[in-house]
Amino acid sequence: MLSIRSISRSFKGHQALKDVTFDVRDGLMTGFVGANGAGKTTAMRIILGVLSPDAGEVLVDGRPVTADDRAQFGYMPEERGLYPKMKVHEQLVYLGRLHGVSSARAAARADELLEQLGLTERRDDKLESLSLGNQQRAQIAAALVHEPTALVLDEPFSGLDPMAVETTLGVLRDVARTGAPVLFSSHQLDLVERLCDSLVILAHGQVRAAGTREQIRAAHTRPEWLLETDDAGFVRGIPGIEVIDFDGGHVRFAADSDAHADRVLREALERGTVRSFAPSIRPLTEIFQEVVR
Amino acid sequence: MTTTAPSRPGPSGRADASVANDRGRTRFAQAAGIVAQREIMMQLRSKAFIISTLITLALVFGAVLFSSFGPALFDEDTEVATTSEIAPTLEAIDGLAVVPTDDADAVRDAVRDGSVDAGVIAGDGPSGLTVVGDREADSGLIQLLSVTPDVELLDPNAPDPLLTYFIGLAFGLVFFMSAMTFGQTIAQSVVEEKQSRIVEIMLATVPARAILAGKVIGNSVLAFGQIALIAAVTLIGGALTGSQLLLDGLGMPIVWFVVLFTVGFIMLAALYAAAAALVSRAEDLGSATSPLIFLVMIPYFLVIVFNNNPLALQIMSYVPFSAPVAVPMRVYLQTTEWWEPYLSLGVLVLFTVLVIGVAARIYERSLLKTGSMVKWRDALKA
Repeated sequence: MLSIRSISRSFKGHQALKDVTFDVRDGLMTGFVGANGAGKTTAMRIILGVLSPDAGEVLVDGRPVTADDRAQFGYMPEERGLYPKMKVHEQLVYLGRLHGVSSARAAARADELLEQLGLTERRDDKLESLSLGNQQRAQIAAALVHEPTALVLDEPFSGLDPMAVETTLGVLRDVARTGAPVLFSSHQLDLVERLCDSLVILAHGQVRAAGTREQIRAAHTRPEWLLETDDAGFVRGIPGIEVIDFDGGHVRFAADSDAHADRVLREALERGTVRSFAPSIRPLTEIFQEVVR
Repeated sequence: MTTTAPSRPGPSGRADASVANDRGRTRFAQAAGIVAQREIMMQLRSKAFIISTLITLALVFGAVLFSSFGPALFDEDTEVATTSEIAPTLEAIDGLAVVPTDDADAVRDAVRDGSVDAGVIAGDGPSGLTVVGDREADSGLIQLLSVTPDVELLDPNAPDPLLTYFIGLAFGLVFFMSAMTFGQTIAQSVVEEKQSRIVEIMLATVPARAILAGKVIGNSVLAFGQIALIAAVTLIGGALTGSQLLLDGLGMPIVWFVVLFTVGFIMLAALYAAAAALVSRAEDLGSATSPLIFLVMIPYFLVIVFNNNPLALQIMSYVPFSAPVAVPMRVYLQTTEWWEPYLSLGVLVLFTVLVIGVAARIYERSLLKTGSMVKWRDALKA
């Protein structure tokens, strides 16, 4: 598990991170969301040791991270970077070797990744001759070639077409399945909502929400339900219930507890036919906009 | 997590998926080696590098051959028309091709129509000969026919000033060109990594100093290789043409040049890498490296100006930037004590170690700074 503990960092008077604390748990895909300039990239660079924090620390399985640990991390920086004039397979092997993998194993692993990412035919082409989407895939392969024990990816899906998103996702899930913690940042909230087991929402250098989707929802919304029946007007009269939205037979209400909601259902059944009764799930985008404000 | 992790698929077969494992980091020397290997490989694969090296070697070889055969090509006998009475006298002199003619007028005609270089006819002067020329008499011929006073040479083996000049020029030029070429190469490679941001991935796994060491070693090996090839071609060319100058006089200076150049280049390479780390874009390289170009050009110009000034050369031989050129010149001119080149080498090595320390500091601090050029002073500040 990767733990970020009370990290602060400022640049020339501007505080980029303020007392940031969160965990990236083993085997889970953790989404890192926040507006531009929220401090995601700074936090990722600090995890990788490319930047040092002014205060706070990064822990691995509960003890301070070492350079040896970091050498085993896989990293995809925000601004993409590989050697433009070097062949794809060759630079994957080079990066693998820098991470301490033998040439032979790096070569085998690079071929495997290129195959998974659909780049096998471009194996011996120079990076600069690849399309941007393919360069992006090569970049993902570069983060994975040394079989990382943890993955930190800055916007891995930006610039990928839907097909490529799925392929990449498959590869990342494989890594998570091995038990490695995976942290990736993204602007695409719908994507994060679909992909991530867990979320960290950052705004103005501070963590505004962290946890699983369900935990975040629970923490940031009162539970709401949707009821469709013949005439839902009676709901207003039930104590402990706040009607949010009402339109004839359709009502959305917040309840103080599940028991209160159950009372609404019972009453509705007594009064007529219940066509539908379900908890109303707010999309994360809504919560996101609320918490980053 | 360590015990409950599912086994890792793929070629690794590593079941332990804990974030921490025992694989550890690449050792410094190993990381530097991998970086150096890439630098060398990329250059050796570059057509421009191979072709320019071959052209340089061809030029050097040509120059060596020319220096021994060249003068002979222009050293033809002077054709002299003369009358039959004087012909035997002239034929006894080396360097003259005698063309006998009927009389003095025929000699004048031959000179006038250009079929001979000059003419000699009987005259009234003390030598009894008159040299006939078109507009000017052939001075070489006049010298051959004159009575020369005795000459006493105090230092018959002293180096020829013109030759000294050319040898100085050659050392200066080779130093200047190699340092510039490989200095620019290392600078470009640093900025390429900075611009493409791959340096961020590298820094996450190996220390900045290992990257710097790898780059300096890789490019120094290449520069040393090229200089050693040039030296070898010069010496082989000298041996083939039997040039005593090269074999006797220039052997040791060339060896000293290669040794000092190699150390001096390591120093320059570190400086070039540091300078390149200050900028984020290849377009800004020029302004960052221009102070270094001066450093490289100084010995080149100084050796041309001062190749015959022992004091200036002595001072230059203890200044790290000019030592690689000045020391071989002094060895060639035999104006050094035997230990002086070693002292120069020592000074150069010490200075290089210092420079590498400073350069590593600048490199480390500037590598992740993007945007406008970082100032040298800011990069050094704590």
